[in-house]
Amino acid sequence: MANPMNDLDARIEFMRENMANMMKVTPWANEMGFEVTRIEKGHVWGVQPFREHLIGDPETRVIHGGVITTLLDNLCGAACGATLKEFRFVATLDLRIDYMRPAESGRDILAEAECYHVTKSVAFCRAWAYHESRDKVIATAQGAFAINKPRTGFKKGDQM
Amino acid sequence: MSETLSRGEQLEGFLAQVPIVKTLGMHCDIKGDDMVGVLPFQNKLIGNFTIKALHGGAMGTFLEMTAMAQLFLVADVERPPRTINITVDYLRQGRAQDLYARATVIKLGRRMASVRAEAWQSERDKPVAALLGHFLLGDGGGPRQTG
Repeated sequence: MANPMNDLDARIEFMRENMANMMKVTPWANEMGFEVTRIEKGHVWGVQPFREHLIGDPETRVIHGGVITTLLDNLCGAACGATLKEFRFVATLDLRIDYMRPAESGRDILAEAECYHVTKSVAFCRAWAYHESRDKVIATAQGAFAINKPRTGFKKGDQM
Repeated sequence: MSETLSRGEQLEGFLAQVPIVKTLGMHCDIKGDDMVGVLPFQNKLIGNFTIKALHGGAMGTFLEMTAMAQLFLVADVERPPRTINITVDYLRQGRAQDLYARATVIKLGRRMASVRAEAWQSERDKPVAALLGHFLLGDGGGPRQTG
């Protein structure tokens, strides 16, 4: 029987239905407290709320860059899930983050990621983090993701 | 900062005040101008439960913090360096074990520095992740005056 997860439209629908829980099953993402807010084909959006325990500089009280790394890495992974024709797990090969301007203390960080090219074994993604719009970014990211060979079964907690 | 504190003590004092360092649960084992970052394993650092793998974001944050700390040890700056960019290579799956990292300042200029960092678990020559980062130094910069 054909796996419904191998149908992209059905999978995107499944991802949308489970959007609220998507990051809750990933402990470190849960610790950061970010959420996926919108999913389209090849493109996902999310929000990282400002949290005291994520501050990286006690003087400026700005969230640590590593939190943005986690956010953009996860959103890129989700963008792959909303792109690949067949259901596959992906693993980050590399991720480059450029910091354009510091985030402002006390404000939520919005982010989006798109998967813009896929080969047989690699998916290429880019991502943006900002307070208001992509016209004024805090950071941009570019990453390559290895597409794993199919595994049988889908268990709770698997990352898409 | 106090003249009587060693650079290592200054770094430890700073790290103790950084919330994300506490959230990660990392610490730095400082030996003079050299150090090793240590990230003891905790369940919250996991990114994928089914394969019990460390989250790439947690490893990336740990590597960036280690690079920044090593740079603070050798550069003549009052404030922690600011990150311009980082590239993290994920080389192997991070297992549910402690993670260690060492960073090397490969170029220390007056305004900017390039730092390489590598993280490993049970075997030093099998790195799990590697980072190359560029950092902006505050006023002054350059190598630290000793003595």
